[in-house]
Amino acid sequence: MSAEGGLTTASYIQHHLTNLAICADAAKVDGHCTGFWTFHLDTLLVSGILGLLVFGLMAKTASKATAGVPSGVQNFIEMVVGLVDQQVRDTFHGKSALVTPLAITIFVWVFVMNAMDLIPVDFGPVVLATVTGDSHMPFKFVPTTDPNLTFAMSISVFCIMLWMNFKVKGFGGFMHEVFSAPFGPKLAPVNFLFRVVEDIAKPISLALRLFGNMYAGEMVFILIALLGLYQLPLALPWELFHILIITLQAFVFMMLTIVYMSMAAESH
Amino acid sequence: MSINATLFGQAIWFALFIFITMKYVWPPLQKAMADRQKQIAEGLAAAERGKQEQEIAAKRSADALREAKEKASDVIAAAEKRAQLIVEDAKGQAKVEADKVVVNAKAEIEQEVERAKQQLRERVAELAVAGAEKILKKEINAAAHADILGSLKQGL
Repeated sequence: MSAEGGLTTASYIQHHLTNLAICADAAKVDGHCTGFWTFHLDTLLVSGILGLLVFGLMAKTASKATAGVPSGVQNFIEMVVGLVDQQVRDTFHGKSALVTPLAITIFVWVFVMNAMDLIPVDFGPVVLATVTGDSHMPFKFVPTTDPNLTFAMSISVFCIMLWMNFKVKGFGGFMHEVFSAPFGPKLAPVNFLFRVVEDIAKPISLALRLFGNMYAGEMVFILIALLGLYQLPLALPWELFHILIITLQAFVFMMLTIVYMSMAAESH
Repeated sequence: MSINATLFGQAIWFALFIFITMKYVWPPLQKAMADRQKQIAEGLAAAERGKQEQEIAAKRSADALREAKEKASDVIAAAEKRAQLIVEDAKGQAKVEADKVVVNAKAEIEQEVERAKQQLRERVAELAVAGAEKILKKEINAAAHADILGSLKQGL
């Protein structure tokens, strides 16, 4: 679907990498939304619908879960949940009712959102253009290629991590750790600075890792799609390889979250 | 790709999904999995117990069988002994009976002989008298010589 209907390569790529944004009319510049109070409708819708579907299915299955012979769906969900739980058990040694559900949510949600990448890049836009009649309407189908989503998740994880710190160590204990590790109380300002850098780096690296991987993967799909007929032998291998990336990124996000939680729950 | 208010929307979604997982997904699944684990463990333990019980029962039945065999052989031995005893008894009785029969027979024979002798005695006197009558017809009178004949009769 390269360069047809007056599309240039640049505008094709642009079209595929633009979010469907809505904002107040006052905030628009040349018809484009700028400024902070903009909402990416595509990210919100796709991630929300995917999450409702998959967690709805999981909740429905869990409500009928039996200790007897499990059904196919229950068995599959138990397998996924069991895998995540095993990771939590291996890494997180504190007591918390939140960590396992948090890890399950992250792994499953990130995985299904990443998996949207496996739908051919032009499938969504073509369907959308047919339905709405507007072939220029931007719509990104992979929510994890939007840094807003990844940052929202990583900042949420960061907040939970802070809360965990306060809950487990108490305010005094946490402050003591912040100011006295790793160099001892005499170098309190240095310790504090180290700690701030260390903790700020956590959500940023979490968010940018997922965003960067998925954005780059999407970009490669778009570039392959630009090759016309030659995309056929290339798209499949990249798609297969991408299955690995999708799973790996979901796993890494989950795993690092568990590690951060366990660091927060353990005193030095 | 700019950071904007989508952040808040996504954080709300995230919180909602964590809540769903925490409240409706993880606890029932965890319970089901733990229950199943317990059931399997119980099942395995019951199987192990059953196996042990079966082994004990097999041993017990083997014991019972052996005991029964021993008892049976004892019974057979006692029966044989008794049979032998009965046979011995019978033999003894038969011998006594036979002896009795023999003694009776002997006595009878003797009686018979005695009777025959008696008869013979009576007949001999008659014959002797008849012979002597024939020989001494003319010269000897039976009445004259009765005392001689009487002493002869006594002498037999």
